[in-house]
Amino acid sequence: MRPFSLLSRSAGAAFLTPAGLLIGAFVIAPFFWVIYVSFTNRTLLGRTALNPEFIGLANYVSLFDAASFFTRGEFGFSLILTIQFVLLSALAGQAALGMLLAWMLQTVPKTLKSLTEMVVIAAWILPEVVIAFAWFAFLDYDNGTLNMIMEGLGLPKGDWLLSFPFWVIVVFNTWRGTAFSMMLFNSAFSSIPPSYFQAADVAGATSWQKFRDIGLPLIRGHVVTDLILITMWTFNVFTPFLLTNGGPSYRTEILPIYTYRVAFRDFEFGKGAAVGVIVMLINLVFALFYLWVTRRRARGVAA
Amino acid sequence: MRRYLSLYFTRIGFSVLTALIGVIFALPLIWFIFAPFNPRAELGLAIPDPFSFSNFETVFENRFALRGLWNSLVQSVGGVILVGVGATLASYALSRSPIPGKNVITYILLLFSSVVSGSAAMVPIFLIVNGIGLIDTQIAVILVFAGGLLPTAMFILRDFIDSIPKSYEESAMVAGATPVQAFFDVALPVIRPGVVVVVVWAFVNIWGSFLIPFILLRSSEKMPAAVAIYSFYSEAGTPIVTLLAAYSLIYSLPVIILYLFVSWKFGFRFFGGIKA
Repeated sequence: MRPFSLLSRSAGAAFLTPAGLLIGAFVIAPFFWVIYVSFTNRTLLGRTALNPEFIGLANYVSLFDAASFFTRGEFGFSLILTIQFVLLSALAGQAALGMLLAWMLQTVPKTLKSLTEMVVIAAWILPEVVIAFAWFAFLDYDNGTLNMIMEGLGLPKGDWLLSFPFWVIVVFNTWRGTAFSMMLFNSAFSSIPPSYFQAADVAGATSWQKFRDIGLPLIRGHVVTDLILITMWTFNVFTPFLLTNGGPSYRTEILPIYTYRVAFRDFEFGKGAAVGVIVMLINLVFALFYLWVTRRRARGVAA
Repeated sequence: MRRYLSLYFTRIGFSVLTALIGVIFALPLIWFIFAPFNPRAELGLAIPDPFSFSNFETVFENRFALRGLWNSLVQSVGGVILVGVGATLASYALSRSPIPGKNVITYILLLFSSVVSGSAAMVPIFLIVNGIGLIDTQIAVILVFAGGLLPTAMFILRDFIDSIPKSYEESAMVAGATPVQAFFDVALPVIRPGVVVVVVWAFVNIWGSFLIPFILLRSSEKMPAAVAIYSFYSEAGTPIVTLLAAYSLIYSLPVIILYLFVSWKFGFRFFGGIKA
């Protein structure tokens, strides 16, 4: 006897159609389309807009041209900038600060805990345009809150967006994204049986010892998940554009902003597509790693 | 005794450090709390004196600003309907029908959607939308958002439907209901909480997004509030701070309200796990 099922195959297929069409047109087709376009000299305007020519690997060759690779405003410069941005703002910033906050929140009074969570989460849920504008005001040279504080402390004022643009977007992205790591680690720590820590307290362990020997080892799986996710998100984040426009003089032009500039300001779609393909390949590595980790965990192999 | 003292001092030390970090996190937001109510707001921090709602009047007198909010609403609601309907039907099929390779399909879709991200996909998405002649239309924005959000929505919803026992629908069908009746009358009411979560998540994502409408739309008449706010402070010589502050607050309200709703109803960990 055939196993009883609620939906026949044909009904199931019909149910899948609307979503399938949308995903096919705007997720799967772009994936293959971008690969194709990256081998052409397609532009927005002019002769090659309508009749792009197949130019093979020329776009990739120009991206990896050794003579200009590290020049400001070129692909290599942007790639290295992006790697530094991810290492500093996602790993050193969001993950470390999120971990520190989550650990301390286990101990501090309840009111302080909720207030801190509220502020950190607000930085994360508010729309990116609003956040960018708030930071724009915060960093303003003449009237901004930051310079007001600097003056109050007797320190020199700074024109932050002009003098330290890269550090501004690193701090900005850390500020913006710490909430996710904090919430993830917070819930992971809360799921550890309190008796483990009580036993350590009786033995006279310091907070650092408890963190190193009990807390961290027990949430290792969550740490891996967190690191992969925030790396992927930070690698693809476009929000700094709203604050700095990629400038001044390309100093904050991380890969998403570089792609935008090449394709939509310089109108070189072919070259922009080639960057898109490279970004997708890097994304693919992270996504496969993430799926591998989650599936391993789902099958019950040591988390 | 010393043991308890050290626990006590750890607690004090952690409290001070947490409070300090909390204050640093709050600094960039404080301006944004006062400025909307300050009729003479500048980029500097100042307590509103007098406290007033006149900035909000300015927003409601600005046709372009209102138009932006309306466009945001049209694009978000349109996208949410497509995501809600598409994801409900598809994830129900993936959960209940004998389609071969369902799990593989789910994972491949999820893989594609995380690889084809906003920045890597902006060139091909622009070209595809251009190719089908939909550049500078709101429908293009709606379709692109729906396509991009659907794989994750299906994944979340499928997880949810898998956790509901099939016996509800089975007993309805034993009693003579057709599969379609079993879906609409029995399954749909049960999976509604899952649909609500997915719909709220999709709404917040579309409402807050900047890049897709920024690339696909040309005329200012169709810009959502996100793009309007950006053009207000990036293009005009000197930004009209009073207008921008109030406008940003109005624009943020739906996100704040939905966040509070979800955290009250489902606990914010859920919202946290599925954002982005």
